[in-house]
Amino acid sequence: MVRGLLLVRLARRAEGRTGRVDRAGRIGRVGRVGAVFLRDLTAARNLGEALLLATGLLEPLLYLLSIGFGVGGLIGEITLADGQRVPYPVFVAPAMLAASAMSGPFMESSIGFFAKMRFRKLYDATVCTPVTPAEIAIGELLWSLAQASLFALSFVVIMTAMGLTTVTGALAALPVAVLIGFAFGGLGLLLATFLTGWQDFDYLGAAVFLMFLFSGTFAPVEDYPTAAQVVVHLTPLFHGVSAVRDLTFGSPGWGLLVHLGYLVGVGVLGLWLASRRISRTLCR
Amino acid sequence: MPEPEPLIEARRLVKRFGDFVAVDGIDLRVRPGEFFGFLGPNGAGKSSTMRMIGCVSPPSAGTLRVFGRDPVADGPAIRARLGVCPQRDSLDEELSVRENLTVYARCFGIARREARRRAEELLEFVQLTERARDRVEPLSGGMKRRLAIARALINDPDVLMLDEPTTGLDPQARHLVWERLFQLKQRGVTQVLTTHYMDEAEQLCDRLVVMDRGRIVAEGSPRQLIDEFSTKEVVELRFGNERTDAVAARLGDRLTGCCERQEVLPDRILLYTVDGDATVDAVHQRDATPSSVLVRRSTLEDVFLHLTGRTLVD
Amino acid sequence: MLHPAVAAFEYHLITYRRTWRGTILTFFVIPAVFLVGMGWMVGGYVDGSSGNGLGASYLAYIAPGLLASTAVQVGIGEGTHAVYSGFHWARTYHMMRASPLTTTDILTGHLGYILVRVTISATGFVLVMGLLGTLGGPRGLLALPAAVLAGFSIAAFVFAYSATISEVALLDVIYRVLVVPLSLFSGVFFPVSRMPAVGQVLAAISPLWHGVELCRAATLGVPTAWGVPAHVGYLLLWTAAGFLVARRAFARRLTD
Repeated sequence: MVRGLLLVRLARRAEGRTGRVDRAGRIGRVGRVGAVFLRDLTAARNLGEALLLATGLLEPLLYLLSIGFGVGGLIGEITLADGQRVPYPVFVAPAMLAASAMSGPFMESSIGFFAKMRFRKLYDATVCTPVTPAEIAIGELLWSLAQASLFALSFVVIMTAMGLTTVTGALAALPVAVLIGFAFGGLGLLLATFLTGWQDFDYLGAAVFLMFLFSGTFAPVEDYPTAAQVVVHLTPLFHGVSAVRDLTFGSPGWGLLVHLGYLVGVGVLGLWLASRRISRTLCR
Repeated sequence: MPEPEPLIEARRLVKRFGDFVAVDGIDLRVRPGEFFGFLGPNGAGKSSTMRMIGCVSPPSAGTLRVFGRDPVADGPAIRARLGVCPQRDSLDEELSVRENLTVYARCFGIARREARRRAEELLEFVQLTERARDRVEPLSGGMKRRLAIARALINDPDVLMLDEPTTGLDPQARHLVWERLFQLKQRGVTQVLTTHYMDEAEQLCDRLVVMDRGRIVAEGSPRQLIDEFSTKEVVELRFGNERTDAVAARLGDRLTGCCERQEVLPDRILLYTVDGDATVDAVHQRDATPSSVLVRRSTLEDVFLHLTGRTLVD
Repeated sequence: MLHPAVAAFEYHLITYRRTWRGTILTFFVIPAVFLVGMGWMVGGYVDGSSGNGLGASYLAYIAPGLLASTAVQVGIGEGTHAVYSGFHWARTYHMMRASPLTTTDILTGHLGYILVRVTISATGFVLVMGLLGTLGGPRGLLALPAAVLAGFSIAAFVFAYSATISEVALLDVIYRVLVVPLSLFSGVFFPVSRMPAVGQVLAAISPLWHGVELCRAATLGVPTAWGVPAHVGYLLLWTAAGFLVARRAFARRLTD
């Protein structure tokens, strides 16, 4: 039996009184986005999700240890275009931070969002509440950014402890990592509205891997063939990697503003276009 | 007494998907406290209409008002007052039974403590209190459907929308759902339901529309529809293994006088009549020799058969 | 009359006829690009510093390593979602169980298909190696069976894992705690001797390291750490043990 408030209110309505005391419709945009975030937070308590969260840091750290230190041991120091000589791990670590900040939010906003929407039908019930499709997307983006921030924080702590950057460098790099996540999250959401099925996941995965490999990650961009350099300059990850490097061991200049501006632009544009298309995808 | 303001009102409502017309210009009004039903086969346009009312699918043409508001402009405000139980339960399998309710409550801006309290009440209402901490996946179909109904009630909605609430459930689970919906109806909750089960529509609905190929072909209370489109009683004749069309040919018009109308189905012949027993006597007098005879009251199925000229297929 | 496991094998082969295009990118193009990218870009620095001490150019050094690594990744990757789906989504195994097939037939048939998949991917990679001139003569072709053995040796264990878990997210976890560490620390990119002792022990357990040793011996003609028979024996041991574990896990899932 329904008791308490519900019973009283249902009974009152049966008597023909329609006055609403506690109408639950008063919920702002922030609350609605928060509800989506809360859903993910609640689900993260499951073993699998929790393990994914806990091991999220592992990947960039393992790459740093293997390529940065392992292969770096074969290389020693490398000379940058401006003549600066840095140990290979110092050169690679910022790229791992940037790549890790990219891949989580990008994959979750694109493939993750699409799979939740199409295959798992997770939002079929959510769209029946005051929460709008665009708010669902933003809530999911915020959740992936929260995770990415956590990974980034742990990673800069490790970098500092290993002497790969200064405390100031680490503190400055952290918000840039979050910005990278935002840019790729916005881009991912936009791509999610174009996806059609599993086969597209492979292409996205390949695109991410190629960016990871060729954004000046493992070797300075100046070493690439000229044509390749042009392409690389267009990828947001290149700007992310360059910005983090400027802050962790380089000398920040006007170039840093260009990198940051590019990332902001990609994120805002992606999010704006995505929110225009998402309603059409979810509410046919 | 003036008629109360309708909660849902549609005029010439149309939904198109490309060239396909799912809903083809329907008119309807749902009044407060009413149990309103959409009856029709799959593909009749019931779910598309429900989705338009639920503000998750913009109408292609015509006007639609829910609570006097426009679903396209005021979606969030309207949805705040609706409770929707979708056709596929679409429960969150990563959350527990209770979390499915409390997390959903947050989407309506219901405070955490309040959400928890409502969840407990509703779990008891749908008899799932013992399963509160369990995951959703191992629940039976009936339990999942009850949970979906509880979730639809979390915001204490003014209108409860149920899209085929008992499709796929076993008879026992079905009756439990019906019982709960009836209790809500007694408390004055307005409910809108789609179904392709005649008995469900007959048992639950105060008023219903019969939909076929995107159009409304009849409207009224179950009793009104039966009175209008069928006769009081129906005699069903079966003829063993003989084909009914062969039987009909053999009998010619020998049966015409003994009923108002007859319908030849693949497995039986239906005779629509005011007095079933008199018709049975007449059938025997005319040497029709059926292998079995059944006299029953008219149902919505007869109405549907009459209106669309075909049996209702799942 | 054909063995019943052949029916299960053919089932998977027929599905592959519809999906093979998608796998070209993941299991052929990406590894090839990775080889070229790492070999030339990073190799420029490794080789540049006055002889790298690896006994070959960096490209030639990592090529056999990446071959084994690719084979292992196919062996793991094809045993995760596909197997989980067989029990939970597509329920292919349950469908087969309703036929005269035994659980062992079902497992053997699917593993046979994995062997085909690993072989196809490894062959593709060997072709790329040939084009880049990193096979080191006809003897280098022996790297193909070595890589296939390494990739196949781990597949059955992954089957057992996918058959045991009941949460999808745990499939993604395997990528992070198994695939990434294996491919990064099994001597593909740098000699395991440069790792601390703990790392060296872990690498010696990893079947990928044994695969890398065998492939490198084939293409570069260098001696292996344990000798060829020992590495081969170790990988065969993994294959057999994995089969037993997977058979138990499959039987448990399909008979309750």
